[in-house]
Amino acid sequence: MSNAYVSYNNIVSSLGFSSETVVENIRNEVSGLKLIDNPQVLPEPFYSALIDSKELENKFQKLQPNKEYTRLEKMMISSLNEVIQKSNIPLNKRVGLIISTTKGNVDALDKNNLFSKERAHLSELGKSIKEFFGFKNEAIVVSNACVSGILAVAIAKRYLQQNTYDHVFIVSGDVVTEFILSGFNSFQALSHKPCKPYDKNRTGINIGEVAASALITNNSENLSKEAVEILGEGSCNDANHISGPSRTGEGLYRSIKSALEQAKLSARDVDFISAHGTATLFNDEMEAIAINRLDLQDTPLNSLKGYFGHTLGASGLLETIIGMHSLNNNTLYASKGFETLGVSKPINVIKKTTSKELNTFLKTASGFGGCNTAIIFKKLTH
Amino acid sequence: MNTNYNISSYCHIKNQQVSLNGSVIFSEESLEFSEFIKAAYKALNTKYPKFFKMDNLSKLAFLAADILLKNEQIDSEKENDIALVFSNSASSLDTDLTHQKAIQDKDNYFPSPAVFVYTLPNICLGEISIKYKLYTENSFFIFERFNAENLMTYSNSLLETNKAKSVLCGWVELEGENYEAFLYLVSNEGTIKHNKQNIITLYNT
Repeated sequence: MSNAYVSYNNIVSSLGFSSETVVENIRNEVSGLKLIDNPQVLPEPFYSALIDSKELENKFQKLQPNKEYTRLEKMMISSLNEVIQKSNIPLNKRVGLIISTTKGNVDALDKNNLFSKERAHLSELGKSIKEFFGFKNEAIVVSNACVSGILAVAIAKRYLQQNTYDHVFIVSGDVVTEFILSGFNSFQALSHKPCKPYDKNRTGINIGEVAASALITNNSENLSKEAVEILGEGSCNDANHISGPSRTGEGLYRSIKSALEQAKLSARDVDFISAHGTATLFNDEMEAIAINRLDLQDTPLNSLKGYFGHTLGASGLLETIIGMHSLNNNTLYASKGFETLGVSKPINVIKKTTSKELNTFLKTASGFGGCNTAIIFKKLTH
Repeated sequence: MNTNYNISSYCHIKNQQVSLNGSVIFSEESLEFSEFIKAAYKALNTKYPKFFKMDNLSKLAFLAADILLKNEQIDSEKENDIALVFSNSASSLDTDLTHQKAIQDKDNYFPSPAVFVYTLPNICLGEISIKYKLYTENSFFIFERFNAENLMTYSNSLLETNKAKSVLCGWVELEGENYEAFLYLVSNEGTIKHNKQNIITLYNT
């Protein structure tokens, strides 16, 4: 089977419009989370990390679009365009397109939205992105709750290894909408402060928005400098509850185990963990249990939700990209918002950004429906 | 690569009929979807009270999976190594509209977690996983229309890399009164070869 690499990448976010700018902001522990007071979206004020609309519009108009695009499409197209340009790969039959999102253009369902309700169909989103760039294959849209972004990476690898494609472009994104905020609020899951993953005083999640893109390729030549190899992946269900994580962390435990087995690595070979860490009581506790069951409790770990909030279908790919830069920069980035351990099992949360020789990392995510995904990545030696 | 996988059984729910391996096992004309699926649940001796809490997409997917797996004599008391690869075109739009209605009017604002949780298409995979103890790979794909080639590629990948012993895959679409479920089980067992042509033929049965 051929190898699979994650190569050129881009992030469009509240912390900048390129992966490098975003990583620099994380190094300086700058968060994109701000207090938003907009009763049209949510009755009470909330914290969120939003993309600057003016800046997005400027960037998008440079691509000379010849029809109307939704906010999410503008984010996704602007991000993916950077990656396609840098990759310099002709978009022929051997190139696939994967889109990961939880809710796509769900804002089109609002009576006051300019777009028709039909635009909320995820296949319409797929068509819109496909046609903008002229991909030859239908977009494969992955909608698997909060693991969508990381699952998309696993799926891309599998398509390469089935020899369906030589290269796959992934674009992941979700927008902050009243639809999503009101739903999480009905679960009483939203924090009224900037989120604090794994902390004793954590009070829930913040929702943020991001579009992230990456090239997954079987070609070991012409890779980006921070490119990584995908060593192993696993995605396992909790088979326990549709809206709460398993108390034993069963699905996450099995996902990581499956990824380690495929990578032919043991727990001690993992240099750091880019975890999910939403800052809800139950999620963070579940992760700590799964991590301990795997004997990974001493491995440095962060959650990036303190920088972007939970960016839903984008978070897995976003955090993978930051992880790639982390390996390339030999730097462990601080888990923003963390002060005092607030889970029942010991885990090694990164308090301060520090330099360290790094070669491998594990990315994990968990979501509604009991889904979990884990992937292990390895730095390339040039 | 081992491409010698087979389809051992398949199930359809569409046009007010439920059929298993091509034979109609339940039909009830002139009923709306919610009445029809409840009648099918009773007639097919499903006995799973959680069913009544599910949204319509999950009811459709769950019942199709339950009929097929029961017939395969899958023991829901034991762990089962069956991956789920489902797809549709409308995602969870049916329930999305219910949640949207609950938040549209600020004077009549009542978002509910019991509805919101179903605004994701993969929740139906969770429901099936809970009943059949599937601690396995779950993926939900959105395509414009039934896409045999992608389902085949992805199922083969899971089987070849030993991520699962068998894969339950197919199409579960629900938008208002338009509904269609087609699920089939892929593994080393069975007699129908797992190839694109056969998948399309079974889909059109």
